[in-house]
Amino acid sequence: MSATGNGTLNLRLRVWRQDGPGDAGRFETYDVGGISSDASFLEMLDVLNERLTLEGREPITFESDCREGICGTCGLMINGRAHGPQKGTATCQLHMREFSDGDLITVEPWRAGSFEVIRDLAVDRTALDRIIAAGGYISVNTGAAPDANLVPVPKEAAESAFDAAACIGCGACVAACPNSAAQLFTAAKVQHLNLLPQGQPERWARTEAMVETMEQFFGSCTNHGECEEACPKEISIDFIAWTNRDYVRAKLKNRKLAGQR
Amino acid sequence: MRRELPWPLNLYQSAVGKKWVMALTGLALLGFVLVHMLGNLHLYDGPWETHEYAETLRDLGTEVIPRTWVLWGLRIGLIAAFGLHIHSAYSLTRMSRSADRRYAGGRDYIAANYASRTMRWTGPLVGLFVVYHLADLTWGHFNPDYIRGDPYHNVVASLSNLPVAIWYIVANVALAVHIYHGAWSMFQSLGINSPRWNPLRRRLAQAFATVILVGNLSFPILVQAGVIDDGGRSVVRERLEQADHAAGQTPGPTGGML
Repeated sequence: MSATGNGTLNLRLRVWRQDGPGDAGRFETYDVGGISSDASFLEMLDVLNERLTLEGREPITFESDCREGICGTCGLMINGRAHGPQKGTATCQLHMREFSDGDLITVEPWRAGSFEVIRDLAVDRTALDRIIAAGGYISVNTGAAPDANLVPVPKEAAESAFDAAACIGCGACVAACPNSAAQLFTAAKVQHLNLLPQGQPERWARTEAMVETMEQFFGSCTNHGECEEACPKEISIDFIAWTNRDYVRAKLKNRKLAGQR
Repeated sequence: MRRELPWPLNLYQSAVGKKWVMALTGLALLGFVLVHMLGNLHLYDGPWETHEYAETLRDLGTEVIPRTWVLWGLRIGLIAAFGLHIHSAYSLTRMSRSADRRYAGGRDYIAANYASRTMRWTGPLVGLFVVYHLADLTWGHFNPDYIRGDPYHNVVASLSNLPVAIWYIVANVALAVHIYHGAWSMFQSLGINSPRWNPLRRRLAQAFATVILVGNLSFPILVQAGVIDDGGRSVVRERLEQADHAAGQTPGPTGGML
């Protein structure tokens, strides 16, 4: 497994175990030996789960899918940091070489009122889908494909929109926020459309609907900036400021447009 | 869902709108804090000059409307700003408290600083201080030596008491810490964000907090050091009595002004 590795690690894990949404939950401690420093954090959990299964114990439930940092499915609070100690990466891209032999590692699920624990480390992130459903799309008439470059996009706008569109919806911003606010997620999803010409027709309806849906589930932003640090895609809190501006403009515009909602 | 109020009241029904209100009222309060600190620098000119400055504030706008009306207008605006600032903070804090869940294994902060994490403590502390400060130097409740119309004397009489001076220092440090985060946060809440100017926002907040801190702390410290001192006399009262005497009057209209 580790032809190029620089050794193996023996670790002690303190993992949150919870049998279901109604269960109070508790930490359980596991000694995990012989972990390659080239293993990813999720692979390390796979190794532990195999051992637990062979011992006839219940394996730890956690979510993952692509394991290359683009799907947003994985996400763990590792030693009190969303996605662990490495900046700009998801949990699946965190490698065990970031830890030292003999480390005690605490692993917890994302915590927020709207992220109910389903089991162990897996949480229900449906609230993020509700925000997208409120306006995180553009409406187009389907039919023949439009000509390429029919709608010119300024390079700066394209790049800025792309930075926002890098959001993978993992929820680390909510997990890291002391207020459990979903401002960074919502702002990224609002702005990647609001910055582009294709997003203009529904700009004001989108901004109002997405912000107000967000506020039904999550806390209020106090500009700590923890979300930006936790984000595996390093999305800037600049987008939050732009969304704050767009929201107040939207309330005025929607009044004039009378019932765009 | 609650029924939506007409624009612009509907803004205050949303958290983002409340943050706008918090930022705008915060801006008004920053303006007040700066002018208040600068005005207090008259203490370095002396008792009579401080008294005259206080009278100037009461005389604002007397060419057009009756005396103290402009001052009362400013006071009412200030009270409204305070009220909205506190109410928006209270209701957003409640919203966040109900949305948040604690980490059983503790958590690590990377970007959040001491100032941003203590806003909900420094805010109420400054609020309590404002009430004390008004009772102390505007209404004269706590000070047996209080003389209406002689702010210099009253400041010395209050701040020469060591526990009072320490309380003023603690409250003003809390105010500066509150401003350090608030004056930066304000730009984000209002959506004032441009890559060209963004680094300036933090520096502006730092400079503002520092200026307010140094100015406001100088008063209790220099009273304690004996630099600002009137030896327990009221220079203003003596001067006004002399003026009355020269005009051949026993305490008359000017005495009433005190």
